[in-house]
Amino acid sequence: MSALAERSILEGRAGPAGRLSDFFWRNPKILLLLMLTPPLLWLGVIYLGSLFALLLQSFFSIDDFSGLINYEFTLSTYRQLLIPSNFDIILRTVVMAALVTLASAAIAFPIAYYAARYARGKWKVVFYLGVMLPLWSSYLVKVYAWKLILAKEGIVTWALAKLHLLWLLDAWLSLPVVGGNSLSISYTGTFIVFIYVWMPFMILPIQAALERVPGNLIEASADLGGNPAQTFRHVIFPLALPGIIAGSIFTFSLTLGDYIIPQIIGSSRLFIGQAVYAQQGTAGNIPLAAAFTVVPIVIMGLYLWMAKRQGAFDAL
Amino acid sequence: MRSDRNTAAPLGLKIAAGCGLLFMHLPILLIFLYAFTTEEKSYQFPPPGLTLKWFAVTWDRPDVWAALGLSVRVAAISTVIALVLGTLCAAAVSGSRFFGRETISLLVILPIALPGIITGIALRSAFSFAEIPFSFWTIILGHATFCVVVVYNNAVARFRRVSGSLVEASMDLGADGFQTFRYVILPNIGTALLAGGMLAFALSFDEVIVTTFTAGQQQTLPIWMLEELVRPRQRPVTNVVAMVVVLVTFLPILGAYYLTRDGDQVAGGGK
Repeated sequence: MSALAERSILEGRAGPAGRLSDFFWRNPKILLLLMLTPPLLWLGVIYLGSLFALLLQSFFSIDDFSGLINYEFTLSTYRQLLIPSNFDIILRTVVMAALVTLASAAIAFPIAYYAARYARGKWKVVFYLGVMLPLWSSYLVKVYAWKLILAKEGIVTWALAKLHLLWLLDAWLSLPVVGGNSLSISYTGTFIVFIYVWMPFMILPIQAALERVPGNLIEASADLGGNPAQTFRHVIFPLALPGIIAGSIFTFSLTLGDYIIPQIIGSSRLFIGQAVYAQQGTAGNIPLAAAFTVVPIVIMGLYLWMAKRQGAFDAL
Repeated sequence: MRSDRNTAAPLGLKIAAGCGLLFMHLPILLIFLYAFTTEEKSYQFPPPGLTLKWFAVTWDRPDVWAALGLSVRVAAISTVIALVLGTLCAAAVSGSRFFGRETISLLVILPIALPGIITGIALRSAFSFAEIPFSFWTIILGHATFCVVVVYNNAVARFRRVSGSLVEASMDLGADGFQTFRYVILPNIGTALLAGGMLAFALSFDEVIVTTFTAGQQQTLPIWMLEELVRPRQRPVTNVVAMVVVLVTFLPILGAYYLTRDGDQVAGGGK
């Protein structure tokens, strides 16, 4: 009996590879440590290290006369964020991000709703790829396409001229704030391009949330006398809301940090991303640039915290 | 979703969904049209004529080839680094439970959750602080950081489906850890890694925001395009390059889709 028991424990494997394999089997913690070290070194040192170094710089200030960085702890750089011209930039960016998010949800919802509840078989694949291809295709090419579309001699002007609706475009462009000399240098243009580039990120989370709505809940609502509109309002929409919030994390965050779209299609008034870029580049004011980057980090932190309370992460 | 099997979609919904899809695709199709236009000074629509001339002109441009070459090399190396780091991380996170597991997932996702400009400026100030000159490798350092997440997501999803008993069975049958990895784990996660790698390649190939901060004088293809967008000099060449970029990025997306589609997502899965 004892001989059998002894034999049931296999002998150690031969060769260095075998011994190493046995060692890892007996000490899974060491294997885990070995597996985690390279990615943690990379992300922890290179990424988090740079991030902390950047945040640290926001507590320094720049000497107005010499233009050199003064390495003393101060909150004066943050105070600069509150002067009207800088605060306007923050406000403008947040309002734009909120509007883009709302409009994206309105456009994305019908696509996600159809894909989740009506598309079958071949159409399901068409919808999936129809969302994935624009989502993944080149960011700059998408922006470039809109430069072609919104140009004065471009397709929008041409189509409106054919429909004898040019007066409508002129009326819109003569409005304050949203108007401008042409669509490609107005807030309207910036807004459209932001929606175009970030809206696809909204569709898949909404679709995932809608696909998880159990069919018998909808049947129960109908049995209890709810008409389709009531069922949508009181059953489907509340259950889809976490998906909308999950999608809005992307549209909001991406709009908040973008500096290329407003630079290429937009008026000369700055957004946060452009302010960061200008401060670190031509102005050479790294502390103020760093303080500006803290704004989206804080806003996104709050946003993620609220989203988590709404259960949006389960919809990702 | 099941209750709607026999009902048709309301007309309004069909129109809204169809218009939404058109809105997403028409601008990209327009890029294809403009690549053939004879107009070189403006973005005139409709194009006064169509020509293939600009393809030949673009083919003979050394700066476009140099930018394309750099982009491909950066994307290839970043993808390899991301594959190694992402797979290790996914294997560790899905293989066991340990303290700080959630934090690691957050750490991997952070570079893509925060706006790219933050990653970019953070890396740039770190490089200047450590006095690292901008080079090919500083671009890769940035790209690999945010490419890890794509590989990680794909690998984690697949590891979840590879049953632990398979690994135990392999060990019981006498395979050592390396053989188990080679003959049991790798064939099971292979397609997920390939798909993650393709998406990482597409992500890196297209990246511009972080790259503007981590590249010195080098021009990747997106940086070349950005220059043309800000100060248009070569409109017809830009049109052709834009079209080629669209075609090149479509391939990895389609490839990744076919590698990771589940049985229940493909045609006939709606039963």
